[in-house]
Amino acid sequence: MDFATLLQVLDSTVRLATPLLLACLAGLYSERAGIFDIGLEGKMLAAAFFSAAIAAITGDVWMGLGAGILASLALSLLHGLASITFRGNQLISGVAINFLAAGLTVLIAQDWFSQGGRTPSLIGEGRFEGITLPGAEELAGVPVIGPIYAELISGHSILVYLAFAMVPLTWWLLYRTRFGLRLRAVGEAPEAVDTAGISVVGLRFVAVGICGILCGIAGAYLATALQAGFVKDMTAGRGFIALAALIFAKWRPWYALYACLLFGLLQAVALRYQNIDLGVFVVPVQFMDALPYILTVVILAGFVGKAIPPRAGGEPYIKER
Amino acid sequence: MDKMPGWADAVLVPLISLLLAAILSALVIIGIGEDPIAAFKLMVDGALMRSSGWGYTLYYATNFIFTGLAVAVAFHARLFNIGGEGQAMIGGLGVALACLYIPWPNWYVALVGATVSAAIFGALWALIPAYLQAKRGSHIVITTIMFNFIAAAVLNYVLVNLLRPQGAMDPATAKFPEATQLPTFQDMFSTAETAMFRGAPANVTFFLAIAMCFVVWLLIWRTKLGYEIRAFGQSESAAKYAGISPVKITVVAMLISGGLAGMMALNTTMGEAERLVMNATEGAGFIGIAVALMGRSHPLGVLLAALLFGFLYQGGAELALWTNIPRELIVVIQALVILFTGALDNMVRMPLEKLFLASRRKA
Repeated sequence: MDFATLLQVLDSTVRLATPLLLACLAGLYSERAGIFDIGLEGKMLAAAFFSAAIAAITGDVWMGLGAGILASLALSLLHGLASITFRGNQLISGVAINFLAAGLTVLIAQDWFSQGGRTPSLIGEGRFEGITLPGAEELAGVPVIGPIYAELISGHSILVYLAFAMVPLTWWLLYRTRFGLRLRAVGEAPEAVDTAGISVVGLRFVAVGICGILCGIAGAYLATALQAGFVKDMTAGRGFIALAALIFAKWRPWYALYACLLFGLLQAVALRYQNIDLGVFVVPVQFMDALPYILTVVILAGFVGKAIPPRAGGEPYIKER
Repeated sequence: MDKMPGWADAVLVPLISLLLAAILSALVIIGIGEDPIAAFKLMVDGALMRSSGWGYTLYYATNFIFTGLAVAVAFHARLFNIGGEGQAMIGGLGVALACLYIPWPNWYVALVGATVSAAIFGALWALIPAYLQAKRGSHIVITTIMFNFIAAAVLNYVLVNLLRPQGAMDPATAKFPEATQLPTFQDMFSTAETAMFRGAPANVTFFLAIAMCFVVWLLIWRTKLGYEIRAFGQSESAAKYAGISPVKITVVAMLISGGLAGMMALNTTMGEAERLVMNATEGAGFIGIAVALMGRSHPLGVLLAALLFGFLYQGGAELALWTNIPRELIVVIQALVILFTGALDNMVRMPLEKLFLASRRKA
């Protein structure tokens, strides 16, 4: 493999890792606050549809992004209502949200656009275009560093840079602010947070809300930056890969970045090479597709470092009387 | 006394939840500019007013009975088996291998053989998540989700690279031999004068599904193992104290659950398509969750809920055929049923409980 091909693969790794990273960080906020969320997939899908639909109607991608975030936020509130207010089963609520999004998006898409469950293709202002970073064209001629800067680092849409900036920001928020301390505490020992006079319900709703916003951006990125428009089931399991990455990262922001980049790389390689001939034997493309899930099961099994979820995760909090 | 009567818990709560889901579904239909009453009439006409409609309704219901029972058995042990879809896919592989490579003399011997094979394949696919949950504490929900995706990749690989007949383009096995083809309702119930269930895919596996309802009821409420499963589901610490092994119950409950999910493939693969195709499960593994929740994990409830979803599936297909309402409406209804009977259960239960308590205090 030559240098140019390597750059192309890494470039598409960055593009494919971005939605995973946003969704993974979304899950991180929610699960660190003690709310399991297997509805990441559904929230992304709803956001993908509404961002593409509104961007197609208004011709303004920023309106689309806003609509996507609102849609995802609405599903987040539903999840919060079910799992925080009514102390229902968080996993079942997540399953319901995934189906709700899968059904409603196609239903509304058919009603609005009559194109078999898709939105019209987005053009011009309706899409997030790549941004050329300052100096990219001038540096492109410089060997090695030039192409890396011009092709790999420059030229992505603004949401990609936002996603990567969210990693240090999340780290800082979680580990260096009072809010972060409380958020982590509410996922480990909500009764202690309650004793300190801080609202468990309030904190958890904030966490679920942040999760909704980030999933919204992830979905909008899929439909308005990575691709030009919404198609049925376009998230294609990315919400679950993000969930896998979150476990792989053991619920920590920097590890989340590495896990998402790894899973993004796997997708990029599978997309480009199909079956990989190693000389001795051929790695089938299906193996590459399944690898993130297999790796996650191995990590979960605790053979390679143990993944311990937040202690109060999945448990509704009942105040003592 | 701070509980409501058993019948209210078993019947009233699911009915109110179902009503809420129905009202919201009607609002969705109004929202996309169609008439919910006309849509409902069309669904009833298409699914229940003709014998061929019933043939489809019962065909879908057969799938949902198997996957619903699978989820229900796991629920009794307080395990949430989200992996029915993957277990059914691998169960389909078991059916295909049994049908293709063993020369069966006739269909009923073949059905027994394929059932055993499907159940073993499905159960084995549930074994690793079960073992990891029991021994290593890996959350079963996450592992079974992961195993759904791994199953899809495995099936894709096997169909494309190993079982696809030479020269064929689509990823599917060869047609099963004549001797393994199951009698359909049309074969069984048509007389010389009148053809019943014409062209419908419902077949003899429906009766197997009914039989499994009874077997699961026996297992859960009439055997020592069932008692242990329920005790473990109610309270792990109490079960441990009574000498019940959590590892054994987790693994056994998941094996039974996976086996039931795997048997679902008999209906779609052996009964209908007569070869194994990529999308043989048709999402039935997930509908099992809704069915088990609505049926309160009781075999009779599962049977009724499966019939309801069979009706919804066939009715939804009719809607997609005759109106502008896409089939995805069923997915929305399914989501609402899961939401109201599963996640928002307390929203219905809490006010109802208060109501019962208030009326009792007056009396």
